[in-house]
Amino acid sequence: MKVSYFPGCTLNTTGKGFDNAVRAATAAVGLELIELAEWNCCGATYPLIVDNMLELAAPAHVLVAARNQGSTVTTACTTCYNVLKRTNKFIREHPDERERLNAFIEAEYQGEVEVKDILHLLRDEVGFAAVQEKVQRPLKDLKVACYYGCMVLRPPAEVAYDDPDHPRSLDDLMTALGAMPVDYPHKNECCGAYLTVSAPEVTREMVYTILKSAQLAGAQAVVTNCPLCQFNLDKRQAEMAQFHAGFQSLPVFYFSQLMGLALGLDASEYGWERHYIDVRPLLNSLGL
Amino acid sequence: MKRIGIFVCHCGTNIAGTIDIARVIEEIQKFPEVVCALDYKYMCSDPGQQLIRDHIRDDKLDALIVAACSPAMHETTFRKTAATAGVNPYQTEIANIREQSSWVHQKQREAATNKAIETIRTIVAKVHYNQSLVPFYLPLVKRALVIGGGIAGMQAALDIADAGYPVVLVEQSSGLGGRMGQLSGIYLNFEAAPDLLSQTIEAVTHHPNIQVLTNAEVTQVGGYVGNFTVHVEQRTPEPPEPASATGVVPGNPVSYSFDIGAIVVATGYDLYRKERLGEYGGGRYPDVIDGLQFEAMLRRDGPTGGLIRRPSDGRIPKEVVWVQCAGSRDPELHMPYCSKVCCMYVAKQAMLYKRQVPEGQATVFYIDIRSQGKGYEEFVQRAMTEHDVLYVRGKASKVFQEDGRVKVWGVDTLTGLPVEVEADLVVLATATVARSDAQELGQRLRISMDEHGFFNEAHPKLRPVESLTAGVFLAGAAQFPKDIPETVAQASAAASKVLSLFSQRQMVQEPTIAYVDPEICSGCGLCIPACPYEARTMHEWRHIAVVNAALCQGCGACTVVCPNKACQVRNLTPVQILAMMEAYL
Repeated sequence: MKVSYFPGCTLNTTGKGFDNAVRAATAAVGLELIELAEWNCCGATYPLIVDNMLELAAPAHVLVAARNQGSTVTTACTTCYNVLKRTNKFIREHPDERERLNAFIEAEYQGEVEVKDILHLLRDEVGFAAVQEKVQRPLKDLKVACYYGCMVLRPPAEVAYDDPDHPRSLDDLMTALGAMPVDYPHKNECCGAYLTVSAPEVTREMVYTILKSAQLAGAQAVVTNCPLCQFNLDKRQAEMAQFHAGFQSLPVFYFSQLMGLALGLDASEYGWERHYIDVRPLLNSLGL
Repeated sequence: MKRIGIFVCHCGTNIAGTIDIARVIEEIQKFPEVVCALDYKYMCSDPGQQLIRDHIRDDKLDALIVAACSPAMHETTFRKTAATAGVNPYQTEIANIREQSSWVHQKQREAATNKAIETIRTIVAKVHYNQSLVPFYLPLVKRALVIGGGIAGMQAALDIADAGYPVVLVEQSSGLGGRMGQLSGIYLNFEAAPDLLSQTIEAVTHHPNIQVLTNAEVTQVGGYVGNFTVHVEQRTPEPPEPASATGVVPGNPVSYSFDIGAIVVATGYDLYRKERLGEYGGGRYPDVIDGLQFEAMLRRDGPTGGLIRRPSDGRIPKEVVWVQCAGSRDPELHMPYCSKVCCMYVAKQAMLYKRQVPEGQATVFYIDIRSQGKGYEEFVQRAMTEHDVLYVRGKASKVFQEDGRVKVWGVDTLTGLPVEVEADLVVLATATVARSDAQELGQRLRISMDEHGFFNEAHPKLRPVESLTAGVFLAGAAQFPKDIPETVAQASAAASKVLSLFSQRQMVQEPTIAYVDPEICSGCGLCIPACPYEARTMHEWRHIAVVNAALCQGCGACTVVCPNKACQVRNLTPVQILAMMEAYL
């Protein structure tokens, strides 16, 4: 199955390892990602102001590029997914604004493209059972806390393809890969998002709540599908022990990294060196 | 030749401020058959009406036109005036020169005056053909149907039955009492609901005028106000002995058919399913329960014998958290409205908890306290001051289980700080919602519902207990969430509406409705689907269309579709409409 792919800026730069793993792991299960011939920034946040024409121009431009290449576009960046999905819905449901927007970006776009998160495609198009069949090295004994953040879940009516309060798609994928997802209550709690820039101490405490809860449930590692969450959960651990005595760090993986490992692929380009908390000791101890 | 009098109203300056009354009078005097034309400051006032009566007498008028406000305002007034002076009320017409002229053309004196003159001209043309009509009288069955055997239905049934009329009370479940029968002690005095109800149930069950059908459902409703035909099916209860011994086949329903004059709908409410509150772990954690589950726990005949025990392990909960507005006042995810009863019953439950577990901690998360009712605010204050219930002003954001304990996250908006409470038991004051089967019943009764499934009242302020369907009245939480005293008040109000209907000897129906000329009707049947009131049927053997006079509203849809004008509305015939058009053009 071939699907248009929008990498977005993060996966093209700091998240290159995530991107490499996504491309390799999806290809291994028969999902061929065709990068959009031409793409730009998704806009990075979905605008909440009333007159949002200007801010919708960037994501609309991406959607037009996607339309020119196929019926479905996917992305692995949850923020890009959130912005593109909501922009598309807005365009579909607001004929007057759609006309203005089209005049502005010089296009004729009605919202024809279907925007799907990569995890959604893996779950519904490929199927986790099919993924399981391709597993070469099961992630045996890896107790992992799945973390979804908010971008693929909220607002539920606009973006969610999973239960927004008790999501399970990542958990099911991890089970298919042979890992043991732990049950903990903060899978969808806020990671602090962009407060990591303006108020890192707030983000640190939010991250602590999540990681502490994951550890209490017995997790050895966290796995996520969101680049910003990965950054916050990983980076904010560096100073954690200063504020929370006895804190033990937890490696934070992208789901595609674990998927690539389990599928027995060459994982040398998965960006391991960019992790703030070294993941290698855990992988070595598990023989991965 | 008719003798028409025209009476032009100034309506203070509402009409006279824009329209040149003198010129109107001058012009309309010239119209055919017009005997007199006069104006007055307020025609609807007593002297105005007397002016009309005087001229009916002096000028021997047999028809009149009042050029004034909309007929919705005073058509009835002036028709009564005409009747008292001996003119058939249906020879009286309104020419609307206020809403349709002076108000909408305020800065165009000349044009507004011309329009008023033309409006009156068309009405003169119509009145020429007006017939003298008399109202219909329809039979009235003086038996009421009450649907729902909760406190609302029982109260309505008792009021109607006490006035001497027979009542059929249909209840879906196996017993009377409804939701109130599931409660423990009630606010404000903690009186046990079962004790309170038992007197009412006793009175209903033994009332000579009330026939109670439990395990029963209304399956079909036909007819109209005063003359409904209602089918009820009653499931046979499981026989205690083998079926062969009793001769009753279980599950084979018994059918009843009743002639009914008026219907009271008192079908009550459901609670919003706690499973739909994923953010509060409803249905996920055994120690997260809803308000009715807590009520059951408080009842001596409940599963715990009246002792408060948490479901997971039967221990006495030392820390109980109530989450108010669980699913209410949440337009984005759940119900947008306030469920109205939760603030009060939460205060009551917290007080009953503290009485039973004095060393325990009761915490209530709330957005606002809505305690409007006699003694209600004082009651909530007592929960805070005398029972040490901790009220946290802020919405709970999340309920979750961690390390074997249930935790509640929320915010205290008075300090601006996030709050975490470890709880042994969490009670969600879930939203009060319309019953899941309300829509089905609503369709059967042809009464409308709002977007949430509650039955619509005819007018939110002035007709709060009537549905828009004549003869169908509303009581209790089926119309909107309300507590026991309000429910009882509405039930008595619905009963009094039924009684005022039953106090008439017959039902009066306006004669300005459709009729079918049997000589011309070809029996094509086009008028039957055209009628929005289901007032048209085909005669059984004459093969012509017939009008049900009780249902017809005189809208005229049938006259439009009738290909050969066999169908006409009285005093609004095609001849009249064409004459009006001709006069106007």
